[in-house]
Amino acid sequence: MICCICNKKPATVHITQIEGGKLNKLDLCEDCAKQYNVDAPDSFKLADMLLGLGAGDELARAGAGELTCPQCGFTQADFKKTGRMGCAKCYDVFGPGLEEMLRSMHRGVRHTGKVPRRLQGATGVVVDLTEQIRQMSQRLEQAVAQEDYELAAQLRDEIKALKAKASARREKE
Amino acid sequence: MKLLQFLSPAQESARRQGPQNRIVSSSRVRLARNLQALPFPSHAKKNERIQALEIIQPAVMLVPGMAGAFAESMESLNALEKQILVERHLISREHASKGTGSGLVLGRDETISVMINEEDHLRMQALLPGLQLQRAWELIDRFDTELEEHLEYAFDRKLGYLTACPTNLGTGIRVSAMLHLPGLVLSEQIAAIIQSVNKLGLAVRGLYGEGTEALGNVFQVSNQMTLGEDEQRILARLEKVINQIIMHEENARAVLMEKKPKVVLNHIGRAYGILANAHSISSKETMNLLSLLKLGMDLGLFPGADRALVDEMFLVTQPGHLQQRHSEKLGADERDIIRADMLRECLAAVKRPLSNFPTPPSA
Repeated sequence: MICCICNKKPATVHITQIEGGKLNKLDLCEDCAKQYNVDAPDSFKLADMLLGLGAGDELARAGAGELTCPQCGFTQADFKKTGRMGCAKCYDVFGPGLEEMLRSMHRGVRHTGKVPRRLQGATGVVVDLTEQIRQMSQRLEQAVAQEDYELAAQLRDEIKALKAKASARREKE
Repeated sequence: MKLLQFLSPAQESARRQGPQNRIVSSSRVRLARNLQALPFPSHAKKNERIQALEIIQPAVMLVPGMAGAFAESMESLNALEKQILVERHLISREHASKGTGSGLVLGRDETISVMINEEDHLRMQALLPGLQLQRAWELIDRFDTELEEHLEYAFDRKLGYLTACPTNLGTGIRVSAMLHLPGLVLSEQIAAIIQSVNKLGLAVRGLYGEGTEALGNVFQVSNQMTLGEDEQRILARLEKVINQIIMHEENARAVLMEKKPKVVLNHIGRAYGILANAHSISSKETMNLLSLLKLGMDLGLFPGADRALVDEMFLVTQPGHLQQRHSEKLGADERDIIRADMLRECLAAVKRPLSNFPTPPSA
């Protein structure tokens, strides 16, 4: 079994936590276990493990004092404990502190996929297109730097298509 | 209608065929969605969960193509029914543990399945045999587009579809395929493959998803990142990686046959010997040996044998499916005996494996 944090060394430390009746299992190598203070259970938070190092700290920094969601009453401590949000509104409340965590978890911090039909065609989409083009241009640079020309060509074509789409939208408005 | 009458018979279910199913047993695309107005299930009170279920379930039934669907609350399903749903990959193990306020809607042909109040308000999946990721995405995308006409989803321009866990934000998509990889396991390359797949931001899990063992050399490969790129890109990456894994598996099989024929023949011969002659056998041992039997069929060691028979045995010998055929509650020991009886009966018509690999016609 390989350590679930570094994915390199063999896992020798196995932890099981029960959170709200849900079983969570982690397998770590000795170095990662030390780094995350697994030996001192109080300082070890599952949110950090599941969501990347420092998720809990980041949230704590995001709001001095205890942030609470006005819609569902979810608190920062709840998030730290469960690694889950309480409701959609929670993302407005806790969201600003999540950026670094999201960056480590995902390929980007901005949604570029499907949009519900009721929100399509609104001006916001144009903004999203611009952002999408910016992000893709960055990836194109990366691809060229890494000499992945197959990907680069693909990205170049997609950026071209997006730019055409964006200018078509601007003309329509 | 009762669930067990609704579901297709196990024989039929296990015999569904799709492209590349020598190695890929099934493809799935799952979307996570939530209602704007209510707290996420894990934080919701009981009455709020019931409220969400009462909003969502009728909306799901309005989607075209859901006529004749099976809809039930989880509390109305018994442990056996839930176990069978898990074994068919129609609900998650987590959902099987849910009761009041959670529900299930299952399309008539069992391709579309909607879990209500699992970790998110909605977890909907399209499940197809073989390698058909793009097709599964098209089906669930269309379903989702229809459903959003009736429901107000939690959506944020920057973060996309909002989910209980930030790991699912954005597209809320989980694309996965179930792969049978005995060649990579026998040649001890599987750890390296898993490691390199992980490096690409994809997860490799066991037969029943998160935290489960790779029984029967079956591995589930899926995306982990859901934010920052669109669905097509996620699908394309997974498709590419899966095709590479298929290639590695085929290579591993060819190399094993060439370099270690006796090891392979020994494994397959022993697997056949035990499966065809045991009088008591556990579910785990059965899966691992059936995997070798399937490998033997793929390699041509069982001329004339019906390959789908192995898939059928794989499903019907699992605890829930085994129990389903018996009215009285079976203990684990009794199940092991009945399982062995079934396997001996199934394999009575399958002749013992050849003692050499058949020469391919091209050689």
